[in-house]
Amino acid sequence: MKLNLKLKEYWHKLGSPRWFYQITTSWVTFFGICALLLLATGLVWALAFAPADYQQGNSFRIMYVHVPAAMVAQSLYIGMGVAGFVGLVWRMKLTDVAIGACLPLGMVLTALALFTGGVWGKPTWGSWWEWDGRTVSTLVLLFLYIGIYALREAIPDRDLRARASALVSLVGTVNIPIIKYSVEWWNTLHQSASFSLTEKPAMPAEMWLPLLVMVLGFYCFAGHQVLSRMRLEVLSREATSRWVLQLLQDKSAEAGLGQSSLIDHGRD
Amino acid sequence: MVAALLLREIQILLRARASIVNPLAFLLLSTLLFAIAAPKLVAETSHQASGILWVLVLFTQLLSLDAMFRRDYDSGTLEQSLIMADVPFVAVLLRIFVQWLGTGLVIVIATPVIGPLLGLSWAAVPGAMLALLLGTPALSLLGSIGAGITVGFSRGGIILALLVLPLFLPVLIFGTDIVNAAAAGLNYTAQIYWLALITLAALIVAPFAALAGLRISVEMQ
Repeated sequence: MKLNLKLKEYWHKLGSPRWFYQITTSWVTFFGICALLLLATGLVWALAFAPADYQQGNSFRIMYVHVPAAMVAQSLYIGMGVAGFVGLVWRMKLTDVAIGACLPLGMVLTALALFTGGVWGKPTWGSWWEWDGRTVSTLVLLFLYIGIYALREAIPDRDLRARASALVSLVGTVNIPIIKYSVEWWNTLHQSASFSLTEKPAMPAEMWLPLLVMVLGFYCFAGHQVLSRMRLEVLSREATSRWVLQLLQDKSAEAGLGQSSLIDHGRD
Repeated sequence: MVAALLLREIQILLRARASIVNPLAFLLLSTLLFAIAAPKLVAETSHQASGILWVLVLFTQLLSLDAMFRRDYDSGTLEQSLIMADVPFVAVLLRIFVQWLGTGLVIVIATPVIGPLLGLSWAAVPGAMLALLLGTPALSLLGSIGAGITVGFSRGGIILALLVLPLFLPVLIFGTDIVNAAAAGLNYTAQIYWLALITLAALIVAPFAALAGLRISVEMQ
């Protein structure tokens, strides 16, 4: 019972810009360090130490970038959909900040997944691009991201932009499994998922362990990026509030600069 | 209320006959473009008719969706009906239904003419009509979501297409599958069920999403 209340309190605190900023200060550092370590280990392990594939030779190593990018891109979109749902139902302002923060990284990672997929496909399938189920779904994901981006650019008013993006993210998220299902009717050239919740991966451990490390590294990187962007947006939205001014004062005092250096007194 | 709204919508549809004729004219015109520019593609032996037909239907729907709510939005009637209707989503549903009558139903009726012009075999025309009859309501429903959000934009057409085409994809995939199977003489019952599922799911979800989009647009005025 007490845990329930504590969780509720925590949830509501995360919804307040000021508390969110305070709580996530340590998270950002944590994710950043984890991302650095995991990505560094993973890259070296994957590119240098993992055994070469008996069919594809060394060209399969692009998988270690392609698979994590695709996974994180999809997760970011689902995150945007959940944020959209929470924003529409509970009217939490921070969910719009979340959507705006996930959007750029999601777009870039989807594009990266598509590009590395093509690079991987040329030596293995013989072509840069094939219209099969998974490639079409990922391309559609890119268009969903671009659509939300265009929508956000077109609406100047912040609250209306928030509601419109939330609606479109939600509708798009509902659409993703539908697209996945319907393109399964097409002939699939693309291999099936490496990781599944219920089965052992088809690859040997020396191959999927570095992949796991890379996937975790990408997720930590995404966490670091999204939280940093959210924090920046929170500071910019609350720029005139007392806690932000106090924070800037404290930071400038820490840095040993003069009291008024970081604070614009021109508007007083 | 439903009867009065429906009567009003149908009166508007019949008086502004352009909303029925324009989609048909666009479909015929684009068919003509294909016949001139890529005659081998639309030859009876090319078997590409299914895809081309469906893509043209999608484009026709996009053009028709752009103006779906615009007149009411500009005149302020939309805002009034959202405030005053007993059950606003019924008003939206009726508008979508009448838009389908003017676009989707017209396309279905025109299929025996357009299909063969694009190289569709006569054996496949009934299958194509059934597929379009089941698929075009889904297009109208899903498209109304995008139309609701973008009605306030001055250059909303492209954003409408960007938002709505990913939603159209499952309909496109199953629809072309049905027409291809019909042309090859194969059984397409399973795909019919899938398409019907998509349309019914859209029927449940789309009016509420379109209503939410309209509420946002109305506040943008």
